[in-house]
Amino acid sequence: MTLALPSGPAPAPRRQIFVGTALGCVAGTMLIGGQLAIWALIRDRAVDAGERFPASFEIPEVASNVMLMTLYALCLFAQWTVYSAKRGDHMHVGLSLGIVALMAIAFINAQAYVYNTMEMPVADGGYPGMFYAITGTMLALVIIGLVFTAVTAFRALGGRRGELELVSAHAMYWYFVAAAFSGVWFLVYVTK
Amino acid sequence: MTTIESSPDAVGAAGGESAIGSFPVVAAAWLTSTDHKRIGRLFLGGSFVGLAATAVIGLLLGIERVDGGEVLFDINAIPQLFQLHRFGLISFTLIPLGIGLSIAVVPFQLGARSLAFPRLALAGFYGWVGGLVLVVVALANNGGIGGGDPDMVDLFLAGHGLMALGLIAAAASIATSVLTTRAPGMSMRRVPLFSWSALVSAIGVLLSLPVLVGALVFLFVDHRNARAVFGGNEGIGNWIGWAFTQPVSYVFALPAIGVAAELLPVTFARRQVMRGVVYTGLALVGVGALSAVTQQNVHNLPWSGSGLDTDQLGTKFDDFVPFALFNLLPVLGVLIVMAVGALGAKGARPSITSPFLFGFLGVGMILVGMLGGVLYPIDDLGLQGTVFEEGALVYVVYGAVLGIMGGVVFWAPKLWGRTVPDKPAMGLAGLGLIATVLASLPYYAAGFADQPAASPTYDYDGPAELWNALVLVGHGLMLLTVLAFAGLATKALRTIDDAGGDAGDDDAGDAPGDDPWDAHTIEWTTTSPAPFDNFAEVPVVTSAEPALDRKSLELSS
Repeated sequence: MTLALPSGPAPAPRRQIFVGTALGCVAGTMLIGGQLAIWALIRDRAVDAGERFPASFEIPEVASNVMLMTLYALCLFAQWTVYSAKRGDHMHVGLSLGIVALMAIAFINAQAYVYNTMEMPVADGGYPGMFYAITGTMLALVIIGLVFTAVTAFRALGGRRGELELVSAHAMYWYFVAAAFSGVWFLVYVTK
Repeated sequence: MTTIESSPDAVGAAGGESAIGSFPVVAAAWLTSTDHKRIGRLFLGGSFVGLAATAVIGLLLGIERVDGGEVLFDINAIPQLFQLHRFGLISFTLIPLGIGLSIAVVPFQLGARSLAFPRLALAGFYGWVGGLVLVVVALANNGGIGGGDPDMVDLFLAGHGLMALGLIAAAASIATSVLTTRAPGMSMRRVPLFSWSALVSAIGVLLSLPVLVGALVFLFVDHRNARAVFGGNEGIGNWIGWAFTQPVSYVFALPAIGVAAELLPVTFARRQVMRGVVYTGLALVGVGALSAVTQQNVHNLPWSGSGLDTDQLGTKFDDFVPFALFNLLPVLGVLIVMAVGALGAKGARPSITSPFLFGFLGVGMILVGMLGGVLYPIDDLGLQGTVFEEGALVYVVYGAVLGIMGGVVFWAPKLWGRTVPDKPAMGLAGLGLIATVLASLPYYAAGFADQPAASPTYDYDGPAELWNALVLVGHGLMLLTVLAFAGLATKALRTIDDAGGDAGDDDAGDAPGDDPWDAHTIEWTTTSPAPFDNFAEVPVVTSAEPALDRKSLELSS
């Protein structure tokens, strides 16, 4: 015999995409946080041993500063998307998402510039490998964000339900990326 | 998808599997399914295979230790086997087992029609399986930690990263499900205990495995190129070993503890008392994730020295706080869960069933492993680097395996529409207990005798051969338990007995009633097996034990 419970209408959605993205951001924070912790540990060991860290590589600081500013500005545009979506302004949603994508591409371009300028072979000692590992992970997070932006644009501009939730989750992801890069910028590019 | 298309899931749900009768179609329906019951069963099946493989590795390692090495393998292979055994226990077995049962059961318990992000969970399964294959290929070609083939060591690291990413994806799906897909009326305070443990465990996975992935990225790039920072292939274990031992393993074992917590009130036919306290107890076990965040499992707790020296007291306090956070709080959590269960049992006449036996014995074994984990970090005991750690880990993992087996037997009616025969299953629970004790307890003694973990030989006059032989037998028995469990379950699930029966019957393959265990939570208000969308209509929940309330209401009327 089935003990049927009283039935009711389907529950209102509980912001599934937003919560899932928040959990993804938590995982990403642990990823970058763990890497920064290892970076700091290795750097401390090198400094304690009287070595220079990095040994003989110059980091182009202007480009790295521009990368940071790009991400902060990107967050503003992602928030503009949320603002526009709240008002049902599809034109501005599309425009702001386009600018977000453009700035993410600019970040990737700046990172490529940093790699090219440094001319640092990955097998040339311990530092290059660590540098490429942590900045490469950061780059992967930005590329994931770019894909997220594209998906958000398709879904939001296609008139899917839950547009506001999606663009809010999208903005939150970029806030996380900006915060994560702030840590990388400070530890890897500034204090080295 | 347009409305005229039928998804593979819909075909299967409509009974299309047997009608079609074509293996490729059925296989495709399974391998592309977004049905949480199928994804969970894929994880469970894969991890039981992983468990069998890990037990075989334990057997091989045991053979080498009994005979002092170089019986089947080169002496240099012993450290690789040792590390592989640890990784197998955690990555092949413990984490995917807990995730598999959670994916299969949690949406039922929430009154949800589906899992949140089912494609993400399925992708997680493929990531895990793909990584597992890469790791096995690497290990078969001398590519484990300390392995001699650098390319294969790289493959090992990449495979492990892929496995971790897959498990993270599945954990994100579980946590999102609990937070967002609960039935109307089911507040967080009404979430069933197993689902709560699944949530805590999933969050623990989300907090800990990304740190492992970050370390693996560093290790891969360094090992692939310069090998200048992380100690080459020999140093890998130092950087990622924390993820394959205590106390982070407690977080991964939490679903097994949740099974026991879920079964206690059912067994004693009582309402769950002090539900909030049990939630707290389960969450306390989750603080084991802190060890992952800090990447440490040894706190070098000095026990000796003058306790009256105030300076030393301060130092000891500094050492004691992280030790207590990582090791004592999880033990306290399990004790709270068990104590509240015992309170609820006061004056009751328990109905001992095989799921309860599995769950109860499993938690007991996990607790013994946790107590070993408490002793291990104490410097003065000199247990670090010995097989003691392995003993504690095997206790936790094999204990969790027993608990998860209990969960599989308990929820089999909803997942398969069949019951697993009770008495043979009880026998397997007993066999599993013996296997667990034999595979781990001797290493508690051997640890105090300083038997090294990663070397087959050591200088000791005691009965070392006996200890190692007992452990060997233990792993063999666990392999037997897994195979017998798989055989019993397969026999039960393939046999159709339309006559029906209660869960306590011994006829294999009884078609169970919808509530064969007289249980309390919402999943027992739907049919066995559950339909594709779990519930014919959206159920409304008004308490933490809706099935029990419904039965009380019907009795009173």
